[in-house]
Amino acid sequence: MTPAERAQRTLRRTAPWIAVSLLLMAAVYVRALAFTPPEAAQGLAQKIFYVHVPSAWVAFLAFGIVGSVSLAYLVRKDPRLDLLAAAAAEVGMVFTTVVLVTGPIWGKPVWGTWWTWDARLTLTLFLWFVVLAYLVLRGAVQEPERRARYAAVLGILGSLLVPFIYVSVYLFRTVHPMPVVLRAGGPTLPGSMRVTLFFSLAVFTLFFAVLLRYRFALARLAEARARAAAERADA
Amino acid sequence: MRDLVRVAWAIAAKDVLLEFRSRTAFASALVFTALVLAILNFARDPTAVSAHSLAPGALWITFTFAGMLGLNRAFGLERENRALDGLLLSPASRTAVYVGKVAANLVFVGAVEAVALPLFALFFNVPVVPVLGPLVLVIALATLGFVAVGTLMSSMAVNTRLAELMLPVLLLPFLVPPVTAAVQLTAHLFAGRPFSAAFGWLRLLLGYDVIFVAACILLFESTIEE
Repeated sequence: MTPAERAQRTLRRTAPWIAVSLLLMAAVYVRALAFTPPEAAQGLAQKIFYVHVPSAWVAFLAFGIVGSVSLAYLVRKDPRLDLLAAAAAEVGMVFTTVVLVTGPIWGKPVWGTWWTWDARLTLTLFLWFVVLAYLVLRGAVQEPERRARYAAVLGILGSLLVPFIYVSVYLFRTVHPMPVVLRAGGPTLPGSMRVTLFFSLAVFTLFFAVLLRYRFALARLAEARARAAAERADA
Repeated sequence: MRDLVRVAWAIAAKDVLLEFRSRTAFASALVFTALVLAILNFARDPTAVSAHSLAPGALWITFTFAGMLGLNRAFGLERENRALDGLLLSPASRTAVYVGKVAANLVFVGAVEAVALPLFALFFNVPVVPVLGPLVLVIALATLGFVAVGTLMSSMAVNTRLAELMLPVLLLPFLVPPVTAAVQLTAHLFAGRPFSAAFGWLRLLLGYDVIFVAACILLFESTIEE
């Protein structure tokens, strides 16, 4: 089987899982709206929690992958690792955008403002800028090998930057809600909400894995076709 | 080690000499700096915002933008006539090339800052002299971090399709920690508060310098190997 055929088979096998993830996501919302009690102070606005938090989790997962796979690329120089990092960055970009869009929608009714320069908001915004730079850089370099090296360097530096931005914005005051599950002294989130949150986290993680696999296979296919075209041109 | 210093010195001396002979980048950076400082005075409502409260931010915006002008020049210079290839063909180690470039950029940005600071004190009516010692320390630390990352970014940026336009997109997110820390420390100094009260920011700045200088030295090789 040629690499192109293998990639196509992966695409065919992954496609149904996109539908499954989307259906599960609908189920998350049925549960969140109909079977999870509304929050006492925030009312219906709190329902966005079940998209916002899982998206943020997935976004950070994606950046973790970009950073570690970039490092692996510089060591091993395997072009597949580069494509994987690029796929993770692209999918991560989507989820970071979801975080940045859903946050203000919740912030307006609850905080009374769309945006504030709070630690976590600022951190997420700059993560978004770093990934944007990563994708712009990839788009601005033609030659694949050089593109991979540059992208890996930026990926590694970006993951080193995150803790620094975190500390520097945390030295300012924060108004963002504090963790309600992973905190010292046990979770404060009521049981039924916790179940919905965990359900949502699982679904988003699945959706991320499916998208990542799909995007990666797509990149492999594009690469295989480009190589085949180059070989034809040589012959 | 001695070899590294010698080669890095030679590269830095070459860049500084080139700039000293033409002075084009330096002159334009100075004019740019003076203009930004003057324009920032019109960016505030003088009845509502005092020049003092704007001063730390204005100083660092000016330094950042002026520095960016210099960083673009560092590898743009080597692109002409493919001078970088010659540099890489010579037995100089990649680390020495990077350290030399960083040193030359530090001289350039430092010189711009040295002229900009008195101008800033004049325009913003800030008493710089009593806090000069700690202020220079803050400027040196922040400039080191920013030039170290910027030099690496510029070695990549000049080889992209967007060339000079790429550098700000790559570099600005990386300036958040050092510039935030520098602005806070500068504000502390201008307000006459003790330096020790802002120790957290100073530690952040030091940590950034250590981590990023080390990371950039290690990663530089990957940006130029052909």
